[in-house]
Amino acid sequence: MDIVSLIAAKANYWTYVILLMVGLYAMVAKNNLVKKIVGMVIFQTAVILFYVSIGYKKGGTLPIIMHGHDHGHGVESVIKAADYINPLPHVLMLTAIVVGVATLGVALALAIKVYQEYGTLEEDEIRKQIELKG
Amino acid sequence: MTFFDGDSSLISNLPAIVVTLPLFASLIAGFLGWKNRKAPYPIAAVALFLTFISSVVLMIQVMSTGVAIEYRMAGWAAPVGIVYVIDHLSALVILLITSIAFVNFIANKSNIDTVFRNKAGAFNSLYLLFTAGLLGMTATGDAFNLYVLMEIASLSGYALIGLGSNRAPLSTLNYLFLGTIGATFYLLGVGYIYIATGSLNMADIASIMPKILDSSMILFAFIICMVGLLIKMAIFPLHGWLPNAYSESANVAAGLIAPLTTKVTIYIMIRICLTLFTPQYTFDYLNTSDLMVWLAIGTIIFGSLSALAQKDYKRMLTYIIIAEVGYMVGGFFLGNRIGVSGAILHIVNDAAMTLALFMAAGIFMWKTGEESQESLKGMFAKMPFTMAGFTVAALSVVGVPPTCGFFSKWYLISGGIAAGQYFFVAALIFSSLVNAILFFRIFEIAHFEPFKDHHHHSSNHSNKGEEASAHDTHEQTIKEAPLGMLIPFMAVSILLVVLGLYSGQIVNNIINFAIPSSIL
Amino acid sequence: MSIETVLSIKPVLAVLVSLLAIPGIISSRSQNIREAWTFAAAGIKLLLVVSMLPIILDGKTINYTLVQVFPDVGISFRVDALGMLFALVASSLWIVTSLYSVGYMRSLDEHSQTRYFAFFAVAISATIGVAFSANLLTLYLFYEILSLATYPLVTHHQDKEARSSGRKYLLYILGGSIGLALPAMLITYHFTGTLDFAPHGVMAGHINSGLAMLLSMMFLFGFAKVGIMPMHSWLPAAMVAPTPVSALLHAVAVVKVGAFSVVRVMTGIIGTGVLADFNINGIICAIASITIVVASLIALSQDELKRRLAFSTIGQLSYIILGVALLSKSGMTGGILHIAMHAFGKITLFFCAGAIFCATGIKYISKMKGIGRRMPITMTAFLIGSLSVIGFPPCGGFISKWHLVLGTIESGSLIFLIVLLLSSFLNAAYFFPVFYNAFFCSADEVLFEDRVEEAPLWCVVPLVITASISILLFFYPQPFLNLASLAVQTIMGV
Repeated sequence: MDIVSLIAAKANYWTYVILLMVGLYAMVAKNNLVKKIVGMVIFQTAVILFYVSIGYKKGGTLPIIMHGHDHGHGVESVIKAADYINPLPHVLMLTAIVVGVATLGVALALAIKVYQEYGTLEEDEIRKQIELKG
Repeated sequence: MTFFDGDSSLISNLPAIVVTLPLFASLIAGFLGWKNRKAPYPIAAVALFLTFISSVVLMIQVMSTGVAIEYRMAGWAAPVGIVYVIDHLSALVILLITSIAFVNFIANKSNIDTVFRNKAGAFNSLYLLFTAGLLGMTATGDAFNLYVLMEIASLSGYALIGLGSNRAPLSTLNYLFLGTIGATFYLLGVGYIYIATGSLNMADIASIMPKILDSSMILFAFIICMVGLLIKMAIFPLHGWLPNAYSESANVAAGLIAPLTTKVTIYIMIRICLTLFTPQYTFDYLNTSDLMVWLAIGTIIFGSLSALAQKDYKRMLTYIIIAEVGYMVGGFFLGNRIGVSGAILHIVNDAAMTLALFMAAGIFMWKTGEESQESLKGMFAKMPFTMAGFTVAALSVVGVPPTCGFFSKWYLISGGIAAGQYFFVAALIFSSLVNAILFFRIFEIAHFEPFKDHHHHSSNHSNKGEEASAHDTHEQTIKEAPLGMLIPFMAVSILLVVLGLYSGQIVNNIINFAIPSSIL
Repeated sequence: MSIETVLSIKPVLAVLVSLLAIPGIISSRSQNIREAWTFAAAGIKLLLVVSMLPIILDGKTINYTLVQVFPDVGISFRVDALGMLFALVASSLWIVTSLYSVGYMRSLDEHSQTRYFAFFAVAISATIGVAFSANLLTLYLFYEILSLATYPLVTHHQDKEARSSGRKYLLYILGGSIGLALPAMLITYHFTGTLDFAPHGVMAGHINSGLAMLLSMMFLFGFAKVGIMPMHSWLPAAMVAPTPVSALLHAVAVVKVGAFSVVRVMTGIIGTGVLADFNINGIICAIASITIVVASLIALSQDELKRRLAFSTIGQLSYIILGVALLSKSGMTGGILHIAMHAFGKITLFFCAGAIFCATGIKYISKMKGIGRRMPITMTAFLIGSLSVIGFPPCGGFISKWHLVLGTIESGSLIFLIVLLLSSFLNAAYFFPVFYNAFFCSADEVLFEDRVEEAPLWCVVPLVITASISILLFFYPQPFLNLASLAVQTIMGV
């Protein structure tokens, strides 16, 4: 019971850690280069999800401030930060997603080059070929 | 709020210009390269030159005023906006980056023309983009912005290395995997810092730090950031990606990436530890010194021993780079003023040394078309000036005065003695001796064994159609590299001595101001 | 005690002048122009050194700081009596050796002569740099430059033997300096905060006895050029070099730089007080004595003339160390004086070995029977040189040995007196047969025709000059003796 609530309370952390490990495992243990690339994407996405989750607040709403221009008129409505979810991590992640996509692009391009050179994407086969040549 | 803060003159915008100039030039060069193969090179050269000039002006400005220049992107003040901070430390590293990028670019014109004939646009564009990324990393005062710029530099670096030999794409892919793990770890660390402090501005975070020294969140952030950076700087045992990636890249790319990537990453580590986590946290509260210095010792020993096992000149250099990473990391984590000074000075010196060695690699490659050490037979008689420059660079790595390598090693060893880290001192001495063996092995080959004519191997490299020379050592004619390669190379090797003789001034006038006064 | 100092750039010029000649040497179109550059530089250098002599004899020192590289340490030059003595020896012998080099290299038609003369110039610059160093850092800098500049000279022949000798040379010299001397220097700097040579050393009061002992040993073995056993075996190996190189570098510049560095460190850094208080000098004396005796014994068994000379050098170098480590006034004077006296004697011997090789191609002593009839001038000079090294009047070597003997008596250490006498006897034992066989072997043993045929004039003139100087120094030792006593006065404070 206790453990369940502990896990539930930090569900977002557990999720990202598990995803992170899945990604890391794929990058380290998989033999196929494309699978490694997939692992890399999962790895990056885990951190993106982590960021997105930390911006969220219980009961918070979208950070669009309706009365933003009112101050100075006297009838100021008080803005409480607690009412809005934190937009900053989300904005940061827009950039991080772009970075992730670019990384994926470069990785795939390199994988294509590797395939052209060796005719396979299995790492052990490639190593064998290199040893034969070397 | 005005768009630009204060006066919008050229000078006051320099911190932004120094980063955006190569960035925009990169785009222009990339586009023009489609239409005209000849256009990108001059554009890139001019852009790099102007960037270099800007960095010199910045350095002078910082030194003359003695205060850091804070540039607010789009006029937003910190901690809300992104600021670029040019202080003594970042100005020094920026100057280093721009000068190395420029010199390496100029010296390798003929290489670029031949090797990247059909990829002129892509190559020049990537070269500039990489430079811009490094400059941004150095200048930024924002932890998240740093991540983005780090990835810009890394991605263009992967692409540059991937353009190398046939084996390069595979090595690059491995580099990319580890680089991405490193960067993502850093990003994760920044996330925890943000949770703990609610800020991304380094100075702002530092001001909050004293209140949250015992936060476990900060501890986790520190560890994970460090791990990320250590992977990216190829510290032992996380170094696996470096030797293959660097040695299989084209000489021009290696000449840019090898001197700068690890060094700028070490700068970032120093920056994060000093400016963000504060020295109080890094050295006093956490007491990281012992662990990190041992890691450094391991790196130095491993790098040196591995270098001994290499037959290929460039691969040997890559292991020396790894050992040198240990010098700087160890020096910094000694945690005393001398050690930190040594680490920072060594960033400059090691970058210059590595540049010289890779430029030499470019010249040898041009001459012989091979990369094994055996191919350097008879070089002293054949290329006396190149070999003189190479000797200076090699002696600098060994640490012989008056070359610059000696002086930074002096600080590092002094720091080690002062901190009582005698194993670190022993590792440095050991590595110097190994380096002496490494380079004298090459000197022996180049001095004792007669020149072998490589003409038939290198028809596409030595396009000058050099005549087969007599195989007899005594009758060799001198045949130097073209002046376009030789002059920049000689200039760099002279610079190694000048840097050495003026290291006192560099430490007194720049590095002293770069280290917080709390570090004694 | 205040020593008046004079600010002058002359020491820097004296160091640089031979470096400045290098572009000239490299770019010269003919051999004669190239040699003219060498002689011009050598002449100017000697003039510069001599022009500073009166100031030094006046009891003043000349200082100049080139750049400040560390907060308290710079690349600085200081000329005092000890440095002056060494510089005087090195710069005067450079001229003679240059003369000899020209004769030797041309008569054997050696390759890469330009490289040879260029690195020779670097080496001599570094030697003067060591002599005029004001602190340990500057000394170390020039010491390393000298090590590296002599490598191409030692390995001049570029064959297999040269390669392995070169390797050995670097292993000992660079290994010693980087592995031992450099850390010792840094530890000294850490504890004392200075590296300047002070008359009474800088360690007193900063360093405990164990560390002082450790550092002394690190310096003694680290400056491997002094050839203290077991760091000596590079010296015989380095004899593969052309003879003029052996002559200047291995009788004068390189080995004496080693001895000079050790003397400087013992007096200027460790300090005689510390040496005496912690009883380090006794151990140094013992090590030096062992080297003296063992090297002399090995020399007896060498048949190759140059190797015999090499082992003789190893022994003689330790005289210098022994003399200074005795810490008595006469001993120290003798040790310092021996730098000069041994240099003139030993260079004569090397010149003779080279002249014999030039004229006949013979390297081995057993094949030199009766050579006195063929080369009377050379062999007479050889006699004078060996008498000087043995310490027999009327040669300069007697003066230094006399002081050394007095020194052992002054300090009351009988054992070292015995060492000196025994070694002199051994010296005689390994030199005398050479001379005896050359002139007095029986007629049927003579291997040469009865016809005078000396080496080329350029080879003979220098050895006549140095032999004459060796004798002259017996009658007029004043310039060196005065400098040595002046140096001792500064060190001992009397």
